[in-house]
Amino acid sequence: MSTDTDTTVTAQRTEQSAPGARLTVTGAEFGRPGAVVLRGLDLEAASGEILTVVGPSGCGKSTLLRTLAGLLPALAGQVAQDGRPVTGPGADRALIFQEDALLPWRTARANVELPLAIRGLGRPERRARAEQWLERVGLAGLERQLPHRLSGGQRQRVQLARALAGQPRAVLMDEPFGALDAQTRAGMQQLLVEALAGSGATVVFVTHDVDEALFLGDRVALLGAGGLAGVRTVPSPRDRGARDDPATVALRHDILESLSPRTS
Amino acid sequence: MTAVTAPPTKASAGPAPARRTARLRPVVRVLSLLAALGLWQLLTTLDVQLWLRFDQFPSVTDVAGEFGERLGDGAYWQDVTDSLRRITTGFLLAAVLGVASGVAVGRSRWAADLVGPVLEVLRPVPAIALVPVAILLFPSNEQGIVFITFTAAFFPVLVATRHAVRALAPVWEEAVLTMGGGRWRVLASVVLPGALPGIFGGLSVGIGVSWICVISAEMISGEYGVGYRTWQDYTVIDYPGVFTGIVTIGLLGWLTSTVVELLGRRLTHWLPRREGKATS
Repeated sequence: MSTDTDTTVTAQRTEQSAPGARLTVTGAEFGRPGAVVLRGLDLEAASGEILTVVGPSGCGKSTLLRTLAGLLPALAGQVAQDGRPVTGPGADRALIFQEDALLPWRTARANVELPLAIRGLGRPERRARAEQWLERVGLAGLERQLPHRLSGGQRQRVQLARALAGQPRAVLMDEPFGALDAQTRAGMQQLLVEALAGSGATVVFVTHDVDEALFLGDRVALLGAGGLAGVRTVPSPRDRGARDDPATVALRHDILESLSPRTS
Repeated sequence: MTAVTAPPTKASAGPAPARRTARLRPVVRVLSLLAALGLWQLLTTLDVQLWLRFDQFPSVTDVAGEFGERLGDGAYWQDVTDSLRRITTGFLLAAVLGVASGVAVGRSRWAADLVGPVLEVLRPVPAIALVPVAILLFPSNEQGIVFITFTAAFFPVLVATRHAVRALAPVWEEAVLTMGGGRWRVLASVVLPGALPGIFGGLSVGIGVSWICVISAEMISGEYGVGYRTWQDYTVIDYPGVFTGIVTIGLLGWLTSTVVELLGRRLTHWLPRREGKATS
């Protein structure tokens, strides 16, 4: 990475003074009336950590995330940010979707500018920041492309840039790399770790891929058909190198064991 | 950090035969128009009577002569501007109110319940059947004609907008909400731009129906205007005059729909389009 980008990172770090949000879920019931997908869930994401939530399809991962975002109300119990109940969506908690949520009529840059415009930044400043973010996610030169001109991986990068440009205190990610091919996916995981560096934001990352959960997470929450099956701390440090030390391998085995239908 | 991927290059203009066909298309269009005129000229000058009777029909040259004469006449241009003013006023009102009520009905259950039933009952009534209503309601014929033109375009725009608004991908709105955007931001940044392709479908239909209705309303209750003039010419059995009116109506209709079409294409330039695809 060039010195140029390094100063950018530092700039972002100093500017991002607010610490990551602490998200707590207590005795919450999720879903829609008549179609409850999760009951009595207790879970906490500590300030600044990456909590990955892993579980099979249909276990309520997405519902949990949308409720954390404030898009769905919890049917019972409470969802709170730093102790205050979440009552609706807001700029504090950015959501990155699995499906393409870029506005197709806006260029990559205009998409990234949107949260900045909502925050009331003037055009020159939001343009400069959007370009900075696009460069950080490796899309320099593609600022003026419309989303349909970009590949799936590039679109997810724009989504990432858009979410982080708004300087949220928490980033909620709903299988954001689920639709990408394995190679792009590995690149995106690495990129996410780099892009998050210095942001201080808390991340809740939902996935059905155990390896992805282990690679990204400080802690991994296991969500089975019957609800929360445990939260494991990833033993290796958050240096995001290869996680093939014996402890991680054992944890991987343990997670797969806990999530297998036989035990739940 | 991952290497920057090259921007996707524009699709090339295609193989040579395809390009040659593309260049031929305007020629084909003009030839088709000329062929229709030629057929008309033949049928009328030969006084063809094969069940359809062309013996009383004015020929292309008769109509062209009459047309040429009228182009130099101030009354003709007065009629054209009258009609254009009526359709522009009526259509713009319909566009603004149609989009506004379409968005309201599409987004709010309250609006749908409050005004939905009234609109559904009024919708099937042909605008031209509202001539008596217009006469009762409005102090002048002028306003009545604009009202009928408005009603004609209003419903297609309303219905198209409502459908377009309801078909918007929910993630777009959710994305803006999780950026801290409120109701108006969602409206301005998601609903209106996202519904635009559908709205323009409604506007295209609307401008066509508007023409039909402005001409008919002028024929029935008009004071000047292309429709009024055409009907006047018919009552005095001036057939070349009638045909001049018909051609004028056709040309003006084509002109106004083209304006709507081009504006729509400009505003929805972001839609993925296959390059070189036939569009009109």
